[in-house]
Amino acid sequence: MARSVAIVGVGQTDHKSHRPDVNGREMIYEAVKKALDDCELSIKQIDAVVIGNMDHFESINYVDTWSVEGSGAFMKPIMKITTGGTTGASVAIAAYYHVASGLFDKVLAIGWEKNSESDTTGAIITCSDPIWDRFSYSGAIPSLATEASAYMKQYGATQADAARVAVRDRNHALNNPHAHLRTPITVEDVMASPMLAYPIKLLDVCPRSDGAVAAIFAGDGVAQKITSKPAWVEACSVRHTYTWFGDVDYNEGLVSLQRASREAYEIVGIKSPADELDVAELYLPYSYAGLKWIEDLGFCVPGEGPKFIHDGHTDMGGKIPVNPSGGVISTNCIGATALLRVAEAAIQVMGKAGQRQVPDVRRALATGFGGCFWSDVLILGAKRP
Amino acid sequence: MEAAMDNIAIVGVAQTKYERRKRDKTYYDLVYEMTRAVLDDSGLTLEDIDNVVTVSNDFLDGRTISSMAVGEAAGAHDKNISTVEGDGAFGAFYGAMRVLGGFKTTLVVAHSKGSEGDLKHVTNGMFDPVYQRLLGLEAISSSAIQANVYMDRYGISEEAFALVSVKNHGNAMNNPYAQMPMSLSVEDVMKSRRIADPIKLLDCSPVSDGAAAVIIANEKYARKAKTKPVWIRGIAHCAEEYFIGDRDLAVPKSLRNASKRAYTMAGITDPFNSFDVVELYDAFSYMEPLWLEGLGFCDPGQGPKLLENGITLMSGKLPVNPSGGLLSGHALLVAGLARIVESTLQLRGEAGARQVEGAKTALAHGINGPCGQSHCVWVLSAEE
Amino acid sequence: MDQSVDVRERIMTTSLDTVEALTLKGQIAMPYTWWVGEVGSRFLIALRDDAKILGNSCSQCGKVYVPPRMNCGDCFSDITQWVELSNEGFVIAHTIVRFSYPLHPAAPPFAYAIIKLDGADVGFAHIIKDDLGKLRNNVRVRARFKDKAHRTGHILDIESFQII
Repeated sequence: MARSVAIVGVGQTDHKSHRPDVNGREMIYEAVKKALDDCELSIKQIDAVVIGNMDHFESINYVDTWSVEGSGAFMKPIMKITTGGTTGASVAIAAYYHVASGLFDKVLAIGWEKNSESDTTGAIITCSDPIWDRFSYSGAIPSLATEASAYMKQYGATQADAARVAVRDRNHALNNPHAHLRTPITVEDVMASPMLAYPIKLLDVCPRSDGAVAAIFAGDGVAQKITSKPAWVEACSVRHTYTWFGDVDYNEGLVSLQRASREAYEIVGIKSPADELDVAELYLPYSYAGLKWIEDLGFCVPGEGPKFIHDGHTDMGGKIPVNPSGGVISTNCIGATALLRVAEAAIQVMGKAGQRQVPDVRRALATGFGGCFWSDVLILGAKRP
Repeated sequence: MEAAMDNIAIVGVAQTKYERRKRDKTYYDLVYEMTRAVLDDSGLTLEDIDNVVTVSNDFLDGRTISSMAVGEAAGAHDKNISTVEGDGAFGAFYGAMRVLGGFKTTLVVAHSKGSEGDLKHVTNGMFDPVYQRLLGLEAISSSAIQANVYMDRYGISEEAFALVSVKNHGNAMNNPYAQMPMSLSVEDVMKSRRIADPIKLLDCSPVSDGAAAVIIANEKYARKAKTKPVWIRGIAHCAEEYFIGDRDLAVPKSLRNASKRAYTMAGITDPFNSFDVVELYDAFSYMEPLWLEGLGFCDPGQGPKLLENGITLMSGKLPVNPSGGLLSGHALLVAGLARIVESTLQLRGEAGARQVEGAKTALAHGINGPCGQSHCVWVLSAEE
Repeated sequence: MDQSVDVRERIMTTSLDTVEALTLKGQIAMPYTWWVGEVGSRFLIALRDDAKILGNSCSQCGKVYVPPRMNCGDCFSDITQWVELSNEGFVIAHTIVRFSYPLHPAAPPFAYAIIKLDGADVGFAHIIKDDLGKLRNNVRVRARFKDKAHRTGHILDIESFQII
């Protein structure tokens, strides 16, 4: 029987567009030190390390062995997990299994990216099949634009509806000292920003950032000695579905998220997510995702996304605040981003979210997105499962 | 740290023949082939597999999110999945943890097509971009530096390493999957083209295309599979310093650490007398004796003696690399998983002409990073 | 078993005997700009401006690193103490490279060497091009810098090490 696992400490850098003062290893070191300080552990007490990023952004092969000085993995086990945009969540899940297996008591999960070191779109294009897709695939934005267009056509959602999502996340970031973009925006700002690929405009979409985050996972019996409020991992579920971009049916919704969330809710016994979850850190790389993926998560029925947002249910103080951290639209160090969702959800459960704290969080949802419309779902709770 | 581990076993294995160039198969094809083959081997169905771990490398595949290419081929449709980027032995380690952590079975599949890229560029990419990459360091020259330190420290001759090539290429004659079965003499190796002293052509593993897969199962599913289960008794891995100048390259301390922990899990205190067969990561001939020292089979500096005294020959007390090892076929990333596959076949008694008679306990080994910076050790047993 | 899978398998295994196996050549050419960081920058600037090799030492264990680091990997603590190292040291490991490869900084034969610079506790990786016949472990070597006009803040501002 697998044992229960909780996040007991979190640390992250202050995310920026460039970090010229540190190389990758040094940036990782910063986040790891903060995580150790957060739960008053020394690196000697960590039993294993899991690390992830997206290789082509820094062109470093065998990041696990490269990172050792900064990741604290000297004379410890370390492995590299990488699954595109979902990497951070995959890293969190790997850390979870390290501990749930019973082989390790305290495991450090690290997600990082120095996006400023490369041409982001150039790197992303290489994810596509070189023979069939690469010549026509032009990066992350166009495939998301296709999804957004299909959704608008299906349900009559508007650009202004989507803009509302970006405005929410960017305003939430004002409460998060670590977020990359910390200036408020309005719907008018979004509508006036340059069009990238219809209907996605510059302010609808995430930035690219340099940053790192580290989270410490501990097993039942150990977690409780480290912190009085561990964030217990109640469920984790992953669906990485399509392989070629032509295979996607844009009228079905985000199938991977539907399936992964369904599985996670079943494990925990959630029937009405918007009512039974207290906060959600969702991997929304662009604004339209905030309209349609909450439908895929079962917060509301298909087509009702815009109204759910408009009625304020996802604002701070609403039924299910989404992205108190500012989300991906405010900070996107890709290999870290999905782990930031998990870490921020954990911070909420642990009650350490300061100005961005949602009151009385008993259960938090974190999602990861990436690759070819892939989804990861984690549910964290205040009660040990 | 918990001491007793639940019973988990390897219940399915598969590997391709290792070849210089598989012209008619993409790596997607190789992964699909291995997934079908490992299911057939185990007697389990796709429904019995509840999660998948793929092993791939973005540089080798020439694509970021390399895992994207093979998820479907690995049978992961509508399943939980993850990807380890590193040697397959580490991927299988994660697969094992996922079973211990609650999944019923994990299918682990690794692939690599060395023929489709430039391995020197790929391994140059392991080195620090500011201080080392621009010197042009890559796997071969860095390994040659390690061989140099090792030889110098203990007064080992090049001939001692050549003996390893002779043994392993010779062992490969019994292995239908091997790329380079060859009947060699020490003189053949010594006369082969000098690459980076002391490494000569016949001291190097070839570049191969290949794939392999294993299915790891909990006890209940181990009974359901049709194969004789091979029990995972001890698993551990460990990494040392990154900069090669920071390390003592003649002392594989991370391997010592990993092997000790794996042996402790398995209840082994005297490795030399506890194993019947070893499959280790001999990317270059010098690595075999060096890793045998790190594995605790002999004292430091005494590695070459194990072969000189006939102990690690097929006819010896402790055959090492009956498969022919990496020297006879090296698909990067796959190679460590292939050591697990070979060890499993040995313990099942299914290793054909390369069978070590009555093998009950096997050691499989994989490495990551330059000059074996990180090592993963597996202790497998035919007995529960 | 699913019928459609069966059919596909039959097609795959038979037709490849008669179908030409095509290949598509491609190359990924992507520019990278790695942040050296403050610590690394100070090291490279010292190479460029002063033809000096700097290391730094961990206040906990005293280990002197070159190239310098922000933190000690063993102690996992910040390093703040800078040390000027000698341009001389001895070879602790080496290999004479005999093959050609575009990323090599010299034509073969040339050597890679790990050099223990006087004052450092770890080895420094670089190259030796001349007097390869004299190259043994423990020989003394000295860094030969490029002339100032050609130094740019690059590991190869040290042109190579000379056996002395």
